[in-house]
Amino acid sequence: MLTCKQASQLISQSLDRPLSWSSRLQLRFHLVICDACTRFKQQLNQLRSAIQRVTLHTESDSTITLSKEAKARIASAIDSKHH
Amino acid sequence: MTQNVNDWLNAHGDYLYRFALARLRDPHQAEDAVQETMLAAIKNNSFEGESSARTWLTGILKHKIIDLQRKQIREQPLSDLIDLDASDSSMDDFFDKSGHWIDRPQEWDMPESALEQKQFLGILSECMDKLPAKLKAIFMMRDVHELENENICKELDITTTNAWVMLYRARMGLRKCLELNWVTG
Repeated sequence: MLTCKQASQLISQSLDRPLSWSSRLQLRFHLVICDACTRFKQQLNQLRSAIQRVTLHTESDSTITLSKEAKARIASAIDSKHH
Repeated sequence: MTQNVNDWLNAHGDYLYRFALARLRDPHQAEDAVQETMLAAIKNNSFEGESSARTWLTGILKHKIIDLQRKQIREQPLSDLIDLDASDSSMDDFFDKSGHWIDRPQEWDMPESALEQKQFLGILSECMDKLPAKLKAIFMMRDVHELENENICKELDITTTNAWVMLYRARMGLRKCLELNWVTG
C-alpha cells in the first residue's frame, strides 16, 4: 500500500512523465480510498491552470510598461553596441 | 538597423517587458531580458518580414528568459541540489512519520466573480514569490513554458529525479501557501 506521502509524489510526477503501469495501478487504488490525496490531485490541476492565468493576466495588463529610464537604458545599450 | 531596433523598442518594448515580467517575476531581470533581445535582434538580423516583428522578437525573448532562469538555477551551489531528496526531513512539515498528511488538503473554493478572481491571482503571485528562487524558476519552466522535463534537465544539467523532486517541492509549497491564504470551502 502506498502512503499519502508516496502517493502525493506520484501525483506530482504524473504531471511530468508517464507513470509505470504498476505505479498507476497503486495510485488508482490509493485514490479510491483516500479523499485527501484525491483533493491534492485536484489542487495540482487547479494550481497549474491558475498559474497560466496569472501569466496571461500580467502579459495583458497594459498598465505595466517599461519605465522611461529603462527605455533610455536599453536605447543607449543598443547605440553603444552599434557605434 | 539601429533605427529599426529603436522603432521596435518603442512599438513592442512594453509588450515584451510584460511578457518577460510574467515569466521571470522580477522587474530588473525582465528589463535585462528585453535588452538582450534587442541586442540579439541587431546581431542576427534574420527578420524577413514573414512573421510580424512582435512574433519574431517574442521568439528571441523566450530563449533569453530561459537563459536567465537557467542561470538562476545553476548559480545555486550543488549541495542545495543534493539535499533535495524528497524523503528527507524537508517534507516533515507535510507528513507524519507514517506518511499521512498532517494537514489534509482542503477543497478549494475557486474564485467566480471578477473581484475574487483578481484577489486569488494576487495571492497566488505572492505565494510564487515566496518560493526559493530556483524552485520558482524550474516551476515556471515546466508549468508556464511547458518545457518537456527532458529539456529542463538538459538545460539545467540535473537528473530527471532531481527535476521531479524540485517540481514536487515547488508545488507542495505553493498549494500550502494558497491553502493558508485563500479561503477554503
